[in-house]
Amino acid sequence: MALEIVESCVNCWACLPLCPSQAIYEAKPHFLIDADRCTECAGDYADPQCATICPIEGAIVNELNEPLNPPGSLTGIPPARWAQAQREISAR
Amino acid sequence: MDLPVIRTGGCSAGSCGSSAAQTNGLPDDIRRRVENHPCYSEEAHHHFARMHAAVAPACNIQCHYCNRKYDCANESRPGVVSELLTPEQAVKKTLAVAAAIPQMSVLGIAGPGDPLANPERTFATFRMLAEKAPDIKLCVSTNGLALPECVEELAKHNIDHVTITINCIDPDVGAQIYPWIFWKHKRVRGREAAAILIEQQQKGLEMLVAKGVLVKVNSVMIPGVNDEHLKEVSRVVKAKGAFLHNVMPLIAEAEHGTFYGVMGQRSPTPEELKALQDACEGDMNMMRHCRQCRADAVGLLGEDRGAEFTMDKVEAMELTDEFLAEALARRAALREKVAAEREAKKARAHAPQPQQAVITLHRPSQKSALAGRHVAPEGRPVLMAVAAKGGLIAEHFGHAREFLVYEVTGAGAKLVGHRKTDLYCAGDDSCGEAVDVLGRTIEALEGCEVVLCSKIGYEPWGRLEAAGIAPNGEHPLEEIEPACVAVWHEMLQAGKLAQPAPERKCA
Repeated sequence: MALEIVESCVNCWACLPLCPSQAIYEAKPHFLIDADRCTECAGDYADPQCATICPIEGAIVNELNEPLNPPGSLTGIPPARWAQAQREISAR
Repeated sequence: MDLPVIRTGGCSAGSCGSSAAQTNGLPDDIRRRVENHPCYSEEAHHHFARMHAAVAPACNIQCHYCNRKYDCANESRPGVVSELLTPEQAVKKTLAVAAAIPQMSVLGIAGPGDPLANPERTFATFRMLAEKAPDIKLCVSTNGLALPECVEELAKHNIDHVTITINCIDPDVGAQIYPWIFWKHKRVRGREAAAILIEQQQKGLEMLVAKGVLVKVNSVMIPGVNDEHLKEVSRVVKAKGAFLHNVMPLIAEAEHGTFYGVMGQRSPTPEELKALQDACEGDMNMMRHCRQCRADAVGLLGEDRGAEFTMDKVEAMELTDEFLAEALARRAALREKVAAEREAKKARAHAPQPQQAVITLHRPSQKSALAGRHVAPEGRPVLMAVAAKGGLIAEHFGHAREFLVYEVTGAGAKLVGHRKTDLYCAGDDSCGEAVDVLGRTIEALEGCEVVLCSKIGYEPWGRLEAAGIAPNGEHPLEEIEPACVAVWHEMLQAGKLAQPAPERKCA
């Protein structure tokens, strides 16, 4: 049972000091979680702290590769609207 | 805090004009504390430079005008950086910048996240810099969520300028601006989140004021969301002792990937921004010269030199004690020179004036405030754009990356804003899209009737005239305010000020 940081991480450092297990470390191209240390905050906090402060949707996933913060959940931008905006920008 | 209201008192002579507006009438100790700070004193921003050290990447809230993924070298707006620094790197960079730019007077930490969500990195930077360059003022800009718990530490580090971004005091308004905050190990959303943030901001403001720290309040004007509400915000923060209020326009483009940008929330027009700033000014000292700079900006406001001080260049420099001592001496000499120039300017301004130089008031439109035997001539206010450098009309039209906008009457000229010519990454050369730069510049000057610059080419002259803007190159290297007033008098004599401003022809 461990969380994972994936490539959309922007290296903002917010998660690192919050981890009760010191499982998060700086790495290139992005921060990583030591799977052996990660407890998903069980016993320490109700919510996994890294995913609770992370500002980037999809940057932290569970063992099933599911994002803890799915698209639209943090920005409030509906995914369909986001996709439409991207299409409009590239059509310019 | 009941600071004397600045604009009604103060200097009564021609060339003090708006540049004195922000500091005249302040108690001496406060004036001394802001006179060399470009972000706190309009007059200082012509002469002094600042830099932002991007040491604070983490944030504890999300704002709908921010996108944490963004990094573009061509962008200039808060929250954007190209290079994150460690505190050690930040100190070295600051020392290098302060050695190369003797105008450097301030190190601010403003992100790219929130400085107080990164307290170790922020305070380590301040601690180390204070040892090596004690003449550099330190300041922070924060969203306020972690402010109450940091006030002691801020005071300990001798940080006497703090900016808090306060966009609302009503949680229902806040719920439309902040989707979430990180609070006590939880992600809190909606109205509840906004209520906590607002409470922390107000508490932090009160605590700072009680400690004697100068507090500036920044607000982002979001049409239809908080524009009307900001008048109330202005009243409240002033009553609690904030020293200066800076209402800034929302920056929202779909390509920035922010909530507001993608959802089509519009930015205010320059006219709307000015109207709100004018309305808030009834209650407090307003800042009109903010450039909404990047979290890694370097140099004078409006003239970013960040590219000269990338970390690889800074790392290659050797900063010996001797070198740093020389740099410190150069800065001290420059400050003395500016102080002497200010004194000389003040002396000139207070000397007997020819009768044309009527009283300068800080609210020139208020005729009732005119005193004594001077009477301002009748005529409507005119917006004039100025290609400025160092407080003078000293920039070539084609080289100006921004124009200062003054509202001018016979009684004086007041800075009311600025217009950028390289509009936020709107497709300039580096983005590979061919655009009509001159046409864009003319569009940016919407509402201005005159452009003052040191020189101007034949083509832009014609295009400006065709767009209903009068180019004026007759006051090169002159001080801005008296030159603007002189141009206004010419317009008055030519009978141009009896009617309302002409409708703009399409550029």
